Amino acid sequence: MIRVTLPAHLRKLAQVDGEVQVEVSGAVTQGSVLDALEAKYPMLRGTIRDHVTHKRRAFVRFFACRQDLSHEPPDAPLPEAVASGTEPYMIIGAIAGG
Amino acid sequence: MSGVRVLVGTRKGAFILTSDGKREKWDISGPLFAGWEMYHLKGSPADPNRIYASQSSGWFGQIIQRSDDGGKTWHQPGTPPGEPTRTPEGMPKGESNKFVYDTSAETGKPLTTHQWYDGTPHPWEFKRVWHLEPSLDDPDTVYAGVEDAALFRTTDGGKSWHELPGLRGHGTGAKWAPGAGGMCLHTILLDPKNRQRLYTAISSAGAFRSDDGGKTWKPINRGLHSQYIPDPTAEIGHCVHRIAFHKSRPEVLFMQKHWDVMRSDDAGDSWHEISGNLPTDFGFVIDVNANEPETIYVVPIKSDSEHFPLDGKLRVYRSRSGGNEWEPLTSGLPQRDCYVNVLRDAMAVDSLDKCGVYFGTTGGQVYGSADGGDHWQAIVHDLPAVVSVEAQTLP
Repeated sequence: MIRVTLPAHLRKLAQVDGEVQVEVSGAVTQGSVLDALEAKYPMLRGTIRDHVTHKRRAFVRFFACRQDLSHEPPDAPLPEAVASGTEPYMIIGAIAGG
Repeated sequence: MSGVRVLVGTRKGAFILTSDGKREKWDISGPLFAGWEMYHLKGSPADPNRIYASQSSGWFGQIIQRSDDGGKTWHQPGTPPGEPTRTPEGMPKGESNKFVYDTSAETGKPLTTHQWYDGTPHPWEFKRVWHLEPSLDDPDTVYAGVEDAALFRTTDGGKSWHELPGLRGHGTGAKWAPGAGGMCLHTILLDPKNRQRLYTAISSAGAFRSDDGGKTWKPINRGLHSQYIPDPTAEIGHCVHRIAFHKSRPEVLFMQKHWDVMRSDDAGDSWHEISGNLPTDFGFVIDVNANEPETIYVVPIKSDSEHFPLDGKLRVYRSRSGGNEWEPLTSGLPQRDCYVNVLRDAMAVDSLDKCGVYFGTTGGQVYGSADGGDHWQAIVHDLPAVVSVEAQTLP
């Protein structure tokens, strides 16, 4: 079970209150976690990454285990603590403006 | 007794204002979709309880929302949670926020770039839906005007959207360039007499018409004059801010251009200026009285660099003669220290007798008049900046 935290706007869209959990079969990567998230919450498709290219939206960041994973390739393995459910995979709206 | 529902889109959510036919007391509900930019909400003429809304964010992109009960509850009309997002054959099911430009051979030669502000080629990139125009007959069919400029349509109630590629691909698309607000398709008019005829307007490409249901298009900008482009009378490049018509006479068009208020009596084939005695002919909105086809409204704005009313006085100007002769309407509107703007989709009319006129400001006020503009009241004072206003006349 992978734990995922969402920014407030996306929690509202997905109609969830707190952290969500998704199942990933196979390698636990950013790509496979986002695939599982979008399958469980289809209303989030297109809000985190582009529908077609699957490129991360410019103002969205990915953090886990105090690391910025935003620029990691989508097929790179996520830290073991995320794969085991000890730590959440965090989807963040980048801070911009005042 | 009949009533009115006014749909208000703001920079930070949507609001619904309702009143009975007297239009004196209003109920305000909202914010809906709090914190999101709500560029436009519009109800279906075929089913007033069916309302579509464009919800967007610089962070998370475009969402389409739909209500089937007059705005009480809303949902994203794509694949519901828990259902597979693909069919057993592997085809994607409804994705209500997916706006992907057409690159099929149907366009002739798929467009990849338009002009940037400096005239260099720039890739076409979807940013948001500016305007939603539901079909006159079918609640499940809606047209969407988007940035970067293109026209999309859904025929399944917003579950999936497909571009009508003939507009971008008709020949001039590669020369289109953005206006200050982006390269947006902001106006869609559906001709109630000729269902094959549609009009669109793009900042800053100009106005376009289709006579075959949106398959093929032509520019309709003859008579427009714009000093800010190299050839002031060019076929395209004009920053049209808004077009309106009266439904009984859809071949007569009224336009608020960047500068100049214009009129066409031949479905856009030619235009002539009707700015007449306006104190400034810059502005964004224009609309037509629902009961009087020659009565039109504009809100003059000082200039393209000073987006507020002249002299701090918020004045709607009305012409009862189809243009040229204008009178200021001031009763109930602030006549000192007012420096708000009224954006292009932020004026609407109802179809009661007398005609109700409504507009919203970047200062968060929504003003309404129940007597065709003679007297105004602020229905609400302190909303976030208003982007769009639509009025529904309810039975």
